[in-house]
Amino acid sequence: MTTETHSGSMGKDLILYVVLLALAAIQFVIAYQDISASQMFVRMLSVAIIEAGLALLFFMHLAENRGLMWFVLIFIVAVALGLQYGWTDAFRISNGVPWAK
Amino acid sequence: MSQADLSIHGQVSRSQATEVMTAPTFSVPAKQMAMWLFIIADSMTFAGCLVAYGFIRNATPNWPRPFHSITNVAIMTFILLTSSLTMLFGVRSADKGDKGGAVRWTMITAALGILFAVLHLREWMGMIGEGATLFHNPWGTPLFSSLFFSITGLHLTHVTGGVIALIVVALRYQGGRYNADDIEITGLYWHFVDLVWMFVVPLVYLLNLAH
Repeated sequence: MTTETHSGSMGKDLILYVVLLALAAIQFVIAYQDISASQMFVRMLSVAIIEAGLALLFFMHLAENRGLMWFVLIFIVAVALGLQYGWTDAFRISNGVPWAK
Repeated sequence: MSQADLSIHGQVSRSQATEVMTAPTFSVPAKQMAMWLFIIADSMTFAGCLVAYGFIRNATPNWPRPFHSITNVAIMTFILLTSSLTMLFGVRSADKGDKGGAVRWTMITAALGILFAVLHLREWMGMIGEGATLFHNPWGTPLFSSLFFSITGLHLTHVTGGVIALIVVALRYQGGRYNADDIEITGLYWHFVDLVWMFVVPLVYLLNLAH
């Protein structure tokens, strides 16, 4: 088993940590905005995806290995998209069936 | 060069084939690749839980918003993000061959994980004290409590497992049984636990904040 080393420094790690803290703080600010739940959901999810992307690329070093990055992303994105098939049904349950009225 | 190593009719020689077959996938050690496969599978588990939560929340009228304060969850988020940083410091120390530093940072990460778990359990106890259980919710539909305890419980289980893994790996690394790769692999898992929390907080806590 070979030991691999990673580029970057503790200074860069600290900067990324502060950025992630700031993004987390933005989520908390969004929670207190006077907007609809759907708007809030979209904004918070967008920030969470940016946070997760930064963590994957730099904390988990995927930025240094493009092949592995695509391998991981393809599976996660495919499943995440596949899971969205049920939303229409969730809306049908909450709003009724418009075509049946 | 042996006869087996020679290319015959333009075909790949045995040594070339052996090199291809034994080269680590994506140039990462096999144990690290195994951790990535686990992370991919586990992210699907969490994605399934969070999307199911979204479906049910969307389809349930008068979904309760019982959280009045974000102080506790904000502190928990700060602790978990900080633990990712200390884990990173541990991995960098191990990369440099600084065994003492790697063990120290990994143990600090484990301590922060324990602190996170304690705060989480304290929050749970508060909610249970108000009458919320897996099958009962004093603020409305029981589905809220079921989903809240299931999702945060799954995450807390991962944190607990991560803390145990961090302590075991750090001790074995100190004893010379494990190397820097093992610290990094455990670090990958810990960062993943942190990454999941980035989605749990907005979806399970912040969207259910009382206004």
